[in-house]
Amino acid sequence: MNPKQYQQLVHSTTPKSPLIKDCALAFLFGGSICAFGELLKMVYGNMGLTEDGVKLAVPTTLIVITAVLTGSGLFAKIAKYAGAGTAVPITGFANSVVSPAVEFSAEGKILGTGAKMFNLAGPVIVYGCSAASLYGLIYCLFLK
Amino acid sequence: MPERIGKYTINLNNTPSIIGYGAVVGKKEADGPLGQCFDKAYNDAFFGEKTFEKAETKMQKMTIETAVKKSGLSKKDIQIAFAGDLLNQCIGSSFDMRDLGFCFAGLYGACSTMALSLALAGIFVDSGAAKTALAAASSHFCSAERQYRFPLEYGGQRSPASQWTVTGAGAAVVAESKENTPHIEQVIIGSVRDLGITDVNNMGAAMAPAAAQTIGDFLTDTNTKPTDYDLILTGDLGATGSALLKELMKEEYKIDISSVHNDCGMMIFDLEKQDMHSGGSGCGCSASVVCSYILNKLSNKELNKVLFVGTGALLSPTSAQQKESTPGIAHGVVLTA
Repeated sequence: MNPKQYQQLVHSTTPKSPLIKDCALAFLFGGSICAFGELLKMVYGNMGLTEDGVKLAVPTTLIVITAVLTGSGLFAKIAKYAGAGTAVPITGFANSVVSPAVEFSAEGKILGTGAKMFNLAGPVIVYGCSAASLYGLIYCLFLK
Repeated sequence: MPERIGKYTINLNNTPSIIGYGAVVGKKEADGPLGQCFDKAYNDAFFGEKTFEKAETKMQKMTIETAVKKSGLSKKDIQIAFAGDLLNQCIGSSFDMRDLGFCFAGLYGACSTMALSLALAGIFVDSGAAKTALAAASSHFCSAERQYRFPLEYGGQRSPASQWTVTGAGAAVVAESKENTPHIEQVIIGSVRDLGITDVNNMGAAMAPAAAQTIGDFLTDTNTKPTDYDLILTGDLGATGSALLKELMKEEYKIDISSVHNDCGMMIFDLEKQDMHSGGSGCGCSASVVCSYILNKLSNKELNKVLFVGTGALLSPTSAQQKESTPGIAHGVVLTA
């Protein structure tokens, strides 16, 4: 069998991810996290925080909750069902920083936790900042 | 003396014996259908150590000590040890050997290592190069996961074809032929085969072509058919890889192995209940299944002739990131009652 024929056989034999179920669960979990964020926004607003304060407090709260859930091993169990629902909001970013920080502590504070903490989140930061800079430049030159 | 028959197969004419064997596993494996067959099982993934790498070393060492003890020999009687694992530079094996003190040949055959170590131990004993030889292999879910994939607490979803690295080790002591023990009659060292699989979550697909080639070559060399064996046992193809193997055998060799085939990766876990997707994988998968359930059955003569084919995916995290496809390898060992 040549590689091309084999790829076809593999394609037809390998079970596919249940796309509709995965999307529905991602929508429910992701939506719930966002709704919870909205709730936090209202609560912090009512507590008398300024708009800037609220913008800071809401993601910070979600990050802290994710860090605790990651450290206690619960986040991965939830994410197994939630998929993109927990990965796309800021919870996914927090988990991708905390999980290597915990995991690689065995290699020490500097070469382990310090060096590996941004293993997964690093690319998001690099390309996120690059995209923001590019957009900022376009905005500054043409749209302002 | 070992004698080459056909193109690839080696007959071990003195039929060396497996005089002692052992398997130690983690919690998930102990909860699986073969849970009762293992010598020891640990609930603690750290095995009382500080790191997962140390845990794997300890697990392999305990397994080897169990196998040597059950063989009735003492450690100083072991003349050579063949062992391997999945960790970078094979530290799982070499670090326990620093305590055990055996003459040591470290092996890397990815998940095919148990079949490879048994084959080499068999050849060494059969040729008279050693009176006793040890074969061992191990893998640990946590140490493999952090090396090959993501941190343990990273929240991601696994694809349906993905496999679960077994936390387990197996070891066997091979010595001169002795009655009422399982024997190694033939071995086949496979060659690398790559049909272009780049999906690192479908290792069964990457290994199935090599398994088909080794089984096909072996049956041709020995002029035997699948029904001459009670069991053709692959290492860790999982459900997806096993289905592909059967198709490849039909397509390329016109041979149907369905009636006698099983896979250690599908036996060690209850795929549905334990949510194991395609099944178990890792060196420890076939090592722990063969060095417990299979050798028990051969010792009791419930099985008489088993063609065990260990399967390995020879990728590294670097090769996968550089978009290289995954080469597969498969080595075979005929175990008889």
